[in-house]
Amino acid sequence: MTTALHAPIRRKAASTPGRRNWGYTALALFFLAIMLFPVYWMVNASLQPNGTTLETSWIPLKPDFTGYATAISEQAGNLGTSLVISLGSVALSLAIAAPAAYALAYFKVRGAGIVLFAILISQMIPGIVVANALYTAYNDLGLLNSIPGLILADSAHGIPFAILIIRAFMNGMPSSVIEAARVDGAGHLRAFWSIVLPLSRNSLITAGLFTFLFAWSDFLFALTLTTTEAVRPVTLGIFQYIGAYVNDWSSVMATAVLASIPAIVLLVAAQKYIAAGTTGGAVK
Amino acid sequence: MTPRGPRRFGRQRKERFFQWLFLVPAVIYMALFFGYPVVKNVVMSFQDYTTATFFTGEAPWVGFANYVTVLSSSLFSTSLLNTALFTIGSILGQFVIGLALAIFFQRKFPLNGILRSLLLLPWLLPLIVSSAVWRWILDKDSGALNRFLGDIGIIDTGVPWLTSTSLALVAVVGVNIWIGIPFNLTILYGGLQEIPDELYEAGSLDGATGWKSFRHITWPMLRPVVSVVLVLGVVYTLKVLDIILGLTNGGPANSTQTIATQSYDLSFHEFKFGEGAALGNVLVIISLVFAVLYLRASRRAVDE
Repeated sequence: MTTALHAPIRRKAASTPGRRNWGYTALALFFLAIMLFPVYWMVNASLQPNGTTLETSWIPLKPDFTGYATAISEQAGNLGTSLVISLGSVALSLAIAAPAAYALAYFKVRGAGIVLFAILISQMIPGIVVANALYTAYNDLGLLNSIPGLILADSAHGIPFAILIIRAFMNGMPSSVIEAARVDGAGHLRAFWSIVLPLSRNSLITAGLFTFLFAWSDFLFALTLTTTEAVRPVTLGIFQYIGAYVNDWSSVMATAVLASIPAIVLLVAAQKYIAAGTTGGAVK
Repeated sequence: MTPRGPRRFGRQRKERFFQWLFLVPAVIYMALFFGYPVVKNVVMSFQDYTTATFFTGEAPWVGFANYVTVLSSSLFSTSLLNTALFTIGSILGQFVIGLALAIFFQRKFPLNGILRSLLLLPWLLPLIVSSAVWRWILDKDSGALNRFLGDIGIIDTGVPWLTSTSLALVAVVGVNIWIGIPFNLTILYGGLQEIPDELYEAGSLDGATGWKSFRHITWPMLRPVVSVVLVLGVVYTLKVLDIILGLTNGGPANSTQTIATQSYDLSFHEFKFGEGAALGNVLVIISLVFAVLYLRASRRAVDE
């Protein structure tokens, strides 16, 4: 801690050209190793022989894939359900959030401030409160145990976030571009569809990726808005595994690895967009 | 930014109408999935819901009875205390470690960007996945933590991290800190980057180095970001349900029961939706206090 506090001064020295601070890299790697140990352990445990709670070896010297075989045979359907719900939530969230973000960024409509305020306030509402009320409504509407029901509910994680991220991006877009299109006689819809959306591509991707992750990670709505085995996202599958006494950790961990794939893939393949999302999330 | 000067009043009206159409789907969604639940929850908290309600549709009005029941139950004080400890412990740990790492990553060194972004992983994983992994790491008999502590000779027998009433909350807080560090790191790192180098250069001329420069330059400049991070952290931590349900399910003996998990329990295990709603509203009120703080903090951040 004390050395870290000297950082501002050190930074000046560090910025002198030609100096490579591999020592700091080593230290950073050490921090990373501690922080990512659980992820390593998840992968390691998933590769251990099945059905044993005996000492897991520290390194998977003889990787065993029976955990994955069990995970796939038991959870493939749940993974598919999660995928469908997440993709559905991305489509719904972007379809609702992009026009709203455009309106909030470009039109001085009356009530825009109120909408923005409502979005901020929505972040304070506990999920359990939403679930509590939705359960009774879903029960009346027949939306319990349904994929559309979960897509609608899961989008509550993504829509406010997507509106804020896309709006922040559109705020930085020159309004002259849109005005030019409007002068050329393009209607609102056409200006939005053929000018605004293509220009906002990056923010749409960022919002879409996060919306996907939010819906994929959803546990609360899956837990409260399903009562049967009919529709079962993988998060609920994992919860069921660990809800009882676990004697087969390798298949639980294999399922956990499979459920982590979207996060890992996005972090590696779409790092630019993830970075944009995390900083954008702060200003919300 | 209004489109070109409207010639007639009617055209302006039409224009406004079209502009509103872009917002309508979002407004409807927000009303249905945030507005309605809040209102419905208030209504439900004054009704007596039982398992039969879902067949008969009858939920008699009971005034404040639900509030009296939940607030006077002995479990409420436990939950309230746990919620406070969980929130304060998590925020404190996440913030201090996140800030230390953010300051560390201000240094220029090879691979800085890649390593910093890999640190985001714990935050991006589904919470229930993290819970499952930590359940296994914290396992009393063959968990990695106990084995490590045993190997280096700190402990002789397995520590019951998640099954002891005195340790479970500590363990849950620890896991939540791990999850929250990336968020704190990222936001605070962004805030630190905004502080102009010239300030430090001018400061060092005046003899402000090391701790002094942190105290007199970094901290005051970072204040707006700090308040946003802390209040957002509190608001998000108050709502946490996944991690606790996944790690301990509120146990052992309610030692990790928070207001959120107890509200879940009342509604979805005991089917007392009225009482669950009442407790949920208590949580909303606590969050709202922080929402006000947050809005004031973010307004100040915008002003500066």
